Amino acid sequence: MGSELKWVGGPWASGETPAAGGLVARPVPAGFPSPADDYVESRISLDEHLIRHREATFFVRVTGDSMSGVGILDGDLLVVDRALTPVDGSVVIAVTGDGFTVKQLYRRPGGGAVLKAAHPGYADIEIGPDGELRIWGVVRWAIHRVWPWNDER
Amino acid sequence: MGDPPGVAMERRAIALIDANNFYVSCERVFRPDLENRPVVVLSNNDGCVVSRSAEAKAAGVPMGAPWHQQAVLAREHDIIALSSNYALYADMSNRFMRLLARFSPQQEIYSIDECFLDLGCPATSPDGEATRQGREIVHLIRRQVGLPVCVGIGPTKTLAKLANRIAKKNPEWQGVCDLGPLPDDARDALMAKMPVDDIWGVGYRFAIRLLALGIRTALDLRRADQGRIRAKFGVVLARTLVELNGIPCLGLEEIASPKKQIISSRSFGIPLVGREAIEEAVVAYVTRAAEKLRRQASRAGLITVFLLTNRFHENEEQYQASETVALTEATDDTRRLIGGAVGALKRIYRAGFRYHKAGVVLGEISTGAVLQPPLFGDDTGHDRERARTLMTTVDGINAAFGRGTVRFLGEGTNQPWKLRAQFRSPRYTTRLSDIPTARAA
Repeated sequence: MGSELKWVGGPWASGETPAAGGLVARPVPAGFPSPADDYVESRISLDEHLIRHREATFFVRVTGDSMSGVGILDGDLLVVDRALTPVDGSVVIAVTGDGFTVKQLYRRPGGGAVLKAAHPGYADIEIGPDGELRIWGVVRWAIHRVWPWNDER
Repeated sequence: MGDPPGVAMERRAIALIDANNFYVSCERVFRPDLENRPVVVLSNNDGCVVSRSAEAKAAGVPMGAPWHQQAVLAREHDIIALSSNYALYADMSNRFMRLLARFSPQQEIYSIDECFLDLGCPATSPDGEATRQGREIVHLIRRQVGLPVCVGIGPTKTLAKLANRIAKKNPEWQGVCDLGPLPDDARDALMAKMPVDDIWGVGYRFAIRLLALGIRTALDLRRADQGRIRAKFGVVLARTLVELNGIPCLGLEEIASPKKQIISSRSFGIPLVGREAIEEAVVAYVTRAAEKLRRQASRAGLITVFLLTNRFHENEEQYQASETVALTEATDDTRRLIGGAVGALKRIYRAGFRYHKAGVVLGEISTGAVLQPPLFGDDTGHDRERARTLMTTVDGINAAFGRGTVRFLGEGTNQPWKLRAQFRSPRYTTRLSDIPTARAA
């Protein structure tokens, strides 16, 4: 097996430079298998948690408050998955006229659908059985900044 | 070898998938309002048309046309012109390629928007397995990344290319043309309609000579005598003929082979006169080319620098020159490449001209595996190791924090030669500040 590379802490041998995080890569002789090798835990990754279909996922910014009823607020960052098939009640990005709109999708029993706002002050959009509705993607997550409110990053 | 009676189809199905009007299609994913409208994407510096929507083609915009010459057409047809947004195209290409990789462990990425796949089933599958996969590809790519694609399927790469072209030109195929299940006469009828210069690997000059021999179509070439073609045109065209007969000669390369050359060249945004400014541009081009070189795990043995004035400015004095320098050993070290390029530039630069464009070409590219120590050189293994670490670090920082975070000093900081990209769309997928917005109103 030779030697394997493992991350070890402790004092630096002369000539070594500490890498970020204060650890240095150093070859460790094999023959002392660590139990950790079989149960590797890595730090939580939001990418892994929030993104199910990596190639089909896009980020979209919300403007307006018509979806506040489902917890999507003005300025929120949406994680949009184009690989998912919307079901009744899915929050979707729909293509309307000149751009994207975020709404809740419900199918009509006799065909057609309705795009509902989640706020009493906004009208729904009805799509008749012969109407065309383009769904761009399904919203899986809304990321909301808590503070500071107007920081760009 | 006599003429085989028909195209041999007992081979494995090879698919060639490519995106329709790739750059325009990428833009439309984020601008649904551009659907059904004539759209073009312009080359670097907003020079020439490099991608056209079907509507722009129908309006008569030629591919490669200088955009400033299309003003009348643009106004007449209300054509929308966009600057190239390579950050977007590269990301969309990566998504597209990775989705396609799911269909086969054997993928050859052929260009930014096309690849070959070994579909892993017979070219003539009675159950139409290859066709089914082709339709699934069209659906999946459209659905998940929003790009319209065409799929051509056949037992060889050449036939897959040919089938792709048929699918692209004839909407009745609905994006998928599989030559496998077709009866011989139907296949021959399709080949009889395809001009010989539309075949992959048949250049314009070959086509003229073939025409003189009465070989006008793909079918003519397929039926031509192999020995005669080989004698007159060489082994490459003979191979094309064999591939047209359904016998694979060209294998799929799992990893795209390292390109023979890497070119990094742009027009300056404004004419440059002084050598210092041009040097900054050249250093930036070398830096970019070297990054690419390292991504391919390759080294370059030659570097060429070229420099020219604007030949369209007829009242200005014209000059152009280039110089190729050989490196003591093939390298991927940006500093060495810069050293070579700057030296060459000093030798070709002449004062008193208004320069329009410069570029660098890395040649004699070899893969990283072979390392040839120089016969005479100052280089030790230790130095090479340090250089490697430095380059990896620089590439890593630039990847993490954005291109140009760490720069080599010669690149300069204000870069007056920077590109013109007046109509560039936001970098929808690579910058958080640029992501599309959806109205909640």
